Amino acid sequence: MNKQATSPSKPNSRRREPALTYSKARGPREQMLPRMGAMLIMAVFAFYFLIPIWWLFVSATKSKGDLTSTNPLWFSEFNFFENVGNVLTYRDGVFLRWIGNSLAYAGGGALIATVLAGMCGYALAKYSFKGRELIFNVILGGVLVPATALALPLFLMFSQVNATNTFWAVFLPSIVSPFGVYLTRIYAGSSVPDELMEAARLDGASEVRTFFSVSVKLMFPALVTVFLFQFVAIWNNFFLPLIMLRDEGNFPVTLGLYTWNSQINQIPELRMYVLVGALLSIIPLIIAFLFLQRFWRSGLGAGSVK
Amino acid sequence: MSRTELLNAEPAVLENRKPKNKFKKAIVLFVAPFGVLFLLFYLAPISYALYQSFLKVDRQGTFGKAKEVFGGFTQYIAVFQNGPFWESIGRVFLFGAVQVPVMLGLALLFALLLDSPLVRGKKFFRLAFFVPYAVPGVIAAIMWGFLYSPNLSPFTEVTSKINFLSADLVLWAMANVVTWVFVGYNMLIIYSSLLSIPTEIYEAARLDGAGQLRIALSIKIPLVTPAIIMTAIFSIIGTLQLLAEPQVFRTFSSAVNSTFTPNLAVLTTSSIPNIHLAAAMSVVLALTTFILSFAFLKFTHPKGN
Repeated sequence: MNKQATSPSKPNSRRREPALTYSKARGPREQMLPRMGAMLIMAVFAFYFLIPIWWLFVSATKSKGDLTSTNPLWFSEFNFFENVGNVLTYRDGVFLRWIGNSLAYAGGGALIATVLAGMCGYALAKYSFKGRELIFNVILGGVLVPATALALPLFLMFSQVNATNTFWAVFLPSIVSPFGVYLTRIYAGSSVPDELMEAARLDGASEVRTFFSVSVKLMFPALVTVFLFQFVAIWNNFFLPLIMLRDEGNFPVTLGLYTWNSQINQIPELRMYVLVGALLSIIPLIIAFLFLQRFWRSGLGAGSVK
Repeated sequence: MSRTELLNAEPAVLENRKPKNKFKKAIVLFVAPFGVLFLLFYLAPISYALYQSFLKVDRQGTFGKAKEVFGGFTQYIAVFQNGPFWESIGRVFLFGAVQVPVMLGLALLFALLLDSPLVRGKKFFRLAFFVPYAVPGVIAAIMWGFLYSPNLSPFTEVTSKINFLSADLVLWAMANVVTWVFVGYNMLIIYSSLLSIPTEIYEAARLDGAGQLRIALSIKIPLVTPAIIMTAIFSIIGTLQLLAEPQVFRTFSSAVNSTFTPNLAVLTTSSIPNIHLAAAMSVVLALTTFILSFAFLKFTHPKGN
């Protein structure tokens, strides 16, 4: 595409110096068109990705009447806090309870999942023992088993012990992350030096102590990545709670909003609550991603490239 | 150098063989907690689904007591004769054949643009494109459901002329929701893979007179192919498992029936309740997913391994 621009320096191009002239030749003027094209593409798609969220935010600030009668992409009378108050107090604050449930399922579940996967991945990377490859391969197979394929059999199993419709029916299956084992194994393999483990041993530290006091720090980016992605996976999981839970007191916020949304035809004011609730429910995740991006970005790279 | 792909990644493990059993206790302590839970909540459900799928309900007379007995392949025969189930499989295949390439094509394009000197404000774009990933599928489907519906949408000009929730378009309306959520995520995976390419490679190419486009096509894309394959496999799996979007869209559109996607069919069948047939459907779906992922891997790695 830039062939033309480089032709003036062609005669010299046999020798090595022209590298400099070459980069000069590709100055701002020549790159103007591709640059504008690239920025145009990025701008158009930034609009595409952000406009629904902007719309959700603007809608959540409106009164019920303004929702359909005013410009959907710009503010009218600012009613946000009243709306939030309505959502939070509706039916004895069931929405807050859902948020709390989601935080418990996703936060608690992801934390435990990360610790368990981290320990397992670490052991698979740093110790050689019989059956290690077999264990790893079985776990790797688990990465390919979609969580939704497990929902129905899990429901059947939990109903055998009369444990459906409980907190644990959703929580327990969420603390297993085969992908976490995969990622932490890869990461531990390249980031925890054997010499360091050896040094800790010479200092008299036990293997478990070495893991928690030394290795965990080195594996931190991978662990944050596992935590975040497990958090998102649990937060977004829909099939398992949908099939397990009947009592709305145990619902995560996604299932709660889904039930509100499906009742809109009978109870029209729920539409506003769904919009405000949707906004409130995505804020924690966006904040988590913004604050932790330094970590998960490096961890993400490890999983796909190493 | 050790640029391997997801499924046969051979991590850099320690070279020095430790004397056996020296760390046995520690190893068990590290592996067992995950192992037990993996057994309970991954392997056991799979086996249990298999077991259930080979049972059938035997009823003596119309009002007789129902009894579960071994049914052999009864349920599987029923699955293969179940028209709506195969229609739903066909539907997600069509969905995936269009949506996955579009989504990954966009993700690759954005990743390359972010990695090129052409774009300013990279940090902003990276975040803006990724933000939708923080929106759960259910919520995204609810949002877009409103955006598609004529009376609430900011785009009434469009939605009053085109009914995105009609029988013809609703599948693609869902494809848009999935694309919106996942492009940024896939972009980031490809982008982090691009960032790890040593820049000396580009220097060499530039000395040879290669432009940005040329570098992207003949150096960057081949080098990030493992990352693209990984995103493709996860996308294929995700497509076959579609549930939240169609389930939510049922409240917006009558064009989405109770067996619109395979998982929806499983859910519907299990709430009849016909759990044995639903279990067989789950098994068939999981096998289809497995076969497809492996076929894709083999197809992209013809040389084996």
